[in-house]
Amino acid sequence: MSKQEWPLYEVFIRSKAGLSHRHAGSVHAPDDQMALDNARDTYTRRSEGVSLWVVRSDQIIASDPAENSAFFEPAEDKIYRHPTFYDIPDGVENL
Amino acid sequence: MSNDAAVLAYTLRLADNALILAQCMVELVTAEPELEEELANANFALDYIGQARMLYTYAGELEGKGRSEDDFAFMRDEHEFANLLLLEQPNGHFGDALVRQFLFDAFYVHLLDAITRCSDERLREIAARAVKEVRYHLRHCSQWLVRLGDGTELSHNRVQTSLDYAWRYTGEMFAGDEIDQAINADIDGPDLEAIHGLWRKDVESVVAEATLSLPDDSWMASGGKQGRHTEQLGFLLAEMQYLQRSFPGATW
Amino acid sequence: MYTQGLDQAGKDRRVAAETEELLNAFQKRVDAEEKIEAKDWMPEAYRRTLIRQISQHAHSEIIGMQPEGNWLTRAPSLKRKAILLAKVQDEAGHGLYLYSAAETLGVSRDQMVADLLSGKAKYSSIFNYPTLSWADIGAIGWLVDGAAIMNQIPLCRCSYGPYARAMVRVCKEESFHQRQGFDIMHSLCLGTAAQKAMAQDALDRWWWPSLMMFGPNDSESTHSAQSMAWKIKRFSNDELRQKFVDVTVQQADFLGLSVPDDELRFDDETGHYQFGEINWQELFDVIAGNGPCNKQRLEKRQRAHTDGAWVREAAQAYASKQAARAAA
Repeated sequence: MSKQEWPLYEVFIRSKAGLSHRHAGSVHAPDDQMALDNARDTYTRRSEGVSLWVVRSDQIIASDPAENSAFFEPAEDKIYRHPTFYDIPDGVENL
Repeated sequence: MSNDAAVLAYTLRLADNALILAQCMVELVTAEPELEEELANANFALDYIGQARMLYTYAGELEGKGRSEDDFAFMRDEHEFANLLLLEQPNGHFGDALVRQFLFDAFYVHLLDAITRCSDERLREIAARAVKEVRYHLRHCSQWLVRLGDGTELSHNRVQTSLDYAWRYTGEMFAGDEIDQAINADIDGPDLEAIHGLWRKDVESVVAEATLSLPDDSWMASGGKQGRHTEQLGFLLAEMQYLQRSFPGATW
Repeated sequence: MYTQGLDQAGKDRRVAAETEELLNAFQKRVDAEEKIEAKDWMPEAYRRTLIRQISQHAHSEIIGMQPEGNWLTRAPSLKRKAILLAKVQDEAGHGLYLYSAAETLGVSRDQMVADLLSGKAKYSSIFNYPTLSWADIGAIGWLVDGAAIMNQIPLCRCSYGPYARAMVRVCKEESFHQRQGFDIMHSLCLGTAAQKAMAQDALDRWWWPSLMMFGPNDSESTHSAQSMAWKIKRFSNDELRQKFVDVTVQQADFLGLSVPDDELRFDDETGHYQFGEINWQELFDVIAGNGPCNKQRLEKRQRAHTDGAWVREAAQAYASKQAARAAA
């Protein structure tokens, strides 16, 4: 039997209905159910949430910072995607 | 026994149960097997302390002699405490403390649920709040019992021994006396016989999932409700009450 | 502070692959107040310093539960018991947040705990002092948490993202800790003569160790300059210590307690309090393991860890069985 530490889980909390779940931190737990309990007892002691997600940290697929320029910079020059790019003539409203 | 006297005595029993269990759990702080479990244990103990405070405050109002929550907690002697013997049993190891809480919570959750339907408004309100807390404790404890029972051979054997030992203190929960009868008859309070059936069913199911065996209902200890305790309680109170007793009348 | 041991740690070597170009680019990001995240490139020395600093901080929270935990069973009222329990629980939570932040740097919690239990890792000297009366619980909240918060608020802006975020959560939760400590002291000072004497005795014993929490004088602190450049330390030991003395002496006056320092006086010119020389030998002894409670604190932690092994293993064995059943 393994004597390694309990696996790591990432914890996400929905702070109130209508908002997205947001990363809060992590906990160790031997299994999924205990991960939920541990997340509850660690991260919602001050009424921080109405819903919890936990996911094994090793199950998260992340982008590589070394590829940041290829991943994210091409979006930077598409300024026409943002409403502030456009001049609105004086006197035009509700646009 | 008058209706009011029974409600007062009953409220104190509930308060003492919550306080004595909390005090035992507080002793476990910094001794839990994993950091996450420290947070769980403290959460549960905080819930029980909160319940004890609400119940003692209500008891003080019922009694009408100006006693505060702290007067009840710190200035009464051993024989005046009416908690269940189960709850004052020493912490032992993680499995012992777990089984103690599991067996009690499995009873307490049904007791509180019944109290939410009694005719005493204040008890109803307190129970409505407490029952949510205890439902979560029971979930957590049940899961742990299954993990230990169905974990390793060592954990299985240890927790079976814990269960066998604690079992003798479960009879008292259902052995109704005149106060229990008055509460049931006068304010539509819990029916202990019915709760015994519900408790038995729940405990059987978790114990089976934990691959443990249910101990036989042989000899059962009793006396806690009437203030006749095991030796452990005196030590627990001596430690808990020492400051209040050493500095009478001081405020903190 | 909670990471005094750092001030005495050896120098980290630069790793060969760390070109001048990479190092400069990294420093530029830090200078621009950009946050460094877990998977970003970072100098090995930065990573190691952070692991040491964050884990020492975490260990301090965990060991710090003990001196206050001592009084949980003896708290003088149910309200005080609940408040103290909530506070000690917060410390467990803060230890957990901080271990998590350190884990993002590639070290396991098991490893950090093993280093603590073997005596290799350090934790704050302050928790090696005994709590001898209820007033000590007040003094810890007021002085120790007061000192800690001075150091922790700037860390919310530290350059390493996961650490900064953990500190934001810690500081938010800790805001009540110092107040409850002061509130205990205040109640004692308004109480009987015996209670006030208890409060004075606690201040007498905790004052100097609290000043030591800030670590050696700046001139003696080997790692400070690099840590400042990396923005994992924002103010110097002496700056923070002075700030602490300035605010705390006034609070002691309010309570009617006297600070145990004959040389303490207000300097009109600088606008700061001048204070006596700290017994540095005592600090170095405590950090080296020779304080009043070093042995007991560590042994208690070791015992909890050893006694809990069968429980942790059982939970894992159960999880493995469940996984096998699900796969079958």
